[in-house]
Amino acid sequence: MSTVKVITGNHAASFGARDSRAEVIAAYPITPQTQIVELLSEFCADGTLKAKFIKVESEHSAMAACIGASAAGVRAYTATSAHGLALMHEMLHWAANGRHPVVMANVNRAMGPPWSIWTDQNDSLAQRDTGWLQFYCESNQEVYDTTMIAFKACEQVLLPGMLVLDAFILSHTYEPVEMPDQELIDEFLPPFDPPYKMDLDDARAFGALTTPEWYMELRYLIQEAHEKALVTVREVEKEFGETFGRYYGTLELYRCDDAEEVILIAGSTASTAKDAVDIMRKGGRKIGLARIKLFRPFPNEEIRDIASRVNKMIVIDRNVSFGNQGIFFNEIKASLYSAKNRPPVYGFVAGLGGRDMKIDDITGIVEQADTCDIEEILWWGVKL
Amino acid sequence: MFVEVRWHGRGGQGVVTASELLAGAALAEGKYLQAFPEFGPERMGAPIRAFTRISDGPIEIHSHVYTPDIVVVLDPTLLENPAITEGLSDEGKLIANFSGTPDEVRKITKFMGRIYTVDATRIAMETIGRPIANTCCVGALVKVTSLVGLEQVENQIRQMLEFKIGKKGADANVEALRRAYDEVRS
Repeated sequence: MSTVKVITGNHAASFGARDSRAEVIAAYPITPQTQIVELLSEFCADGTLKAKFIKVESEHSAMAACIGASAAGVRAYTATSAHGLALMHEMLHWAANGRHPVVMANVNRAMGPPWSIWTDQNDSLAQRDTGWLQFYCESNQEVYDTTMIAFKACEQVLLPGMLVLDAFILSHTYEPVEMPDQELIDEFLPPFDPPYKMDLDDARAFGALTTPEWYMELRYLIQEAHEKALVTVREVEKEFGETFGRYYGTLELYRCDDAEEVILIAGSTASTAKDAVDIMRKGGRKIGLARIKLFRPFPNEEIRDIASRVNKMIVIDRNVSFGNQGIFFNEIKASLYSAKNRPPVYGFVAGLGGRDMKIDDITGIVEQADTCDIEEILWWGVKL
Repeated sequence: MFVEVRWHGRGGQGVVTASELLAGAALAEGKYLQAFPEFGPERMGAPIRAFTRISDGPIEIHSHVYTPDIVVVLDPTLLENPAITEGLSDEGKLIANFSGTPDEVRKITKFMGRIYTVDATRIAMETIGRPIANTCCVGALVKVTSLVGLEQVENQIRQMLEFKIGKKGADANVEALRRAYDEVRS
């Protein structure tokens, strides 16, 4: 029998790691750490989860310990947020380049200064080029489910994966989360069995100096693995859906079948935007929504497909690349350049530092896109 | 049905636990729910808020609660704060931990909708032995709104609190809940 618990997004992540049978959890236990590893440390202490919990002195070391564990053939997990993620940066490259499928939850928080504990996406998007898969979740159920989806997909392609949840809006909000039978989960997610691991009886070199003669080939293999990951994630999502009855996909389409315009958005704001879409539909607008679940690898083909069917795209970014524009906006336009049919794309930067994104904000953005100049970089609701 | 509840109290008074209790009871009745604290740092004694959404259908919205249907005030010293009635229309309900009558609360808050009072601090002292008014306020809310059944809340208290404070403590909280349910004034 599956069980349903009313839990926070933080705890949904902890339960996801527990039920994925993580074997090593390494974490820095002080701010900006969350309740995710607090609960996991309790699971480890009371024997609910048979894992080694390693307390370290920084997030950089937490990731280093996870990489070591993963290299030794063990399923490794950690969690962090904002400045903690930034401090890990060097090790994020190491995990991906070393092909260690570590899975990590990142609570999306704005970067300081000024000091902030509220949500935006700049912390995780700043790690775009490290080679990690990135999954943006919309609900606590999805946080829980995506933990096992990420482990399964990442272990198949030998790349690390980051699941991302919004600070407070998911991390501290209680929602019902259904947890399936452990037996079913174990069938879905068998133990980690990498093709190569640190083994005294079968010694190999890991991360050794590589001359220009071969470095580029190793990078090419990572790119190839990312391209494969796009297919793998879809297959794993499909299998998850067939087994547990919940399907998310890599680009989730909502009311897009007859849509003439579409909102593109990631994270928990997508769910509020779905309510806004319903309201605008009642008012006669043929509008739909495409939620970016998977940001790396980027679902280019799906983006081009939805673009070919609509007259207008509106991208809402809870992030910004200073000196240019919203990061999703940028990526979506890049993906459309080679498309035959590409509608005008409007980009809005909104909700930075946890500024609340209400239904009215979404409908307001859509209305403003009716009249604004496409060349403009649009900051929604700025009081200046 | 789609109902939004806003809870007011001070850090340490169990405001978030109250919102969680209601959410857990709603789940047990097959309803959809969401509960969350004020998004920010919490300090012992400082005014804080928490929120509960209950619905017959799935809840997609993830923004704050701006126009609650019901406001519950756990700490009588907060009643003078205009934030108590912010966004609460005259169609809404105000439930206050207060030793006096609803009319006295009306004078303090200027709220024109329905007001209910429950002497939750006294009940809590007599049952739990500490001035923790949260379970009492949930009892009053259940009586006034019928959002969930009293028995479901009792089950939730046992599930959530027996683990934290033992059976005796949970029993005392159930008693506080029932007394508040019976003693709420309109």
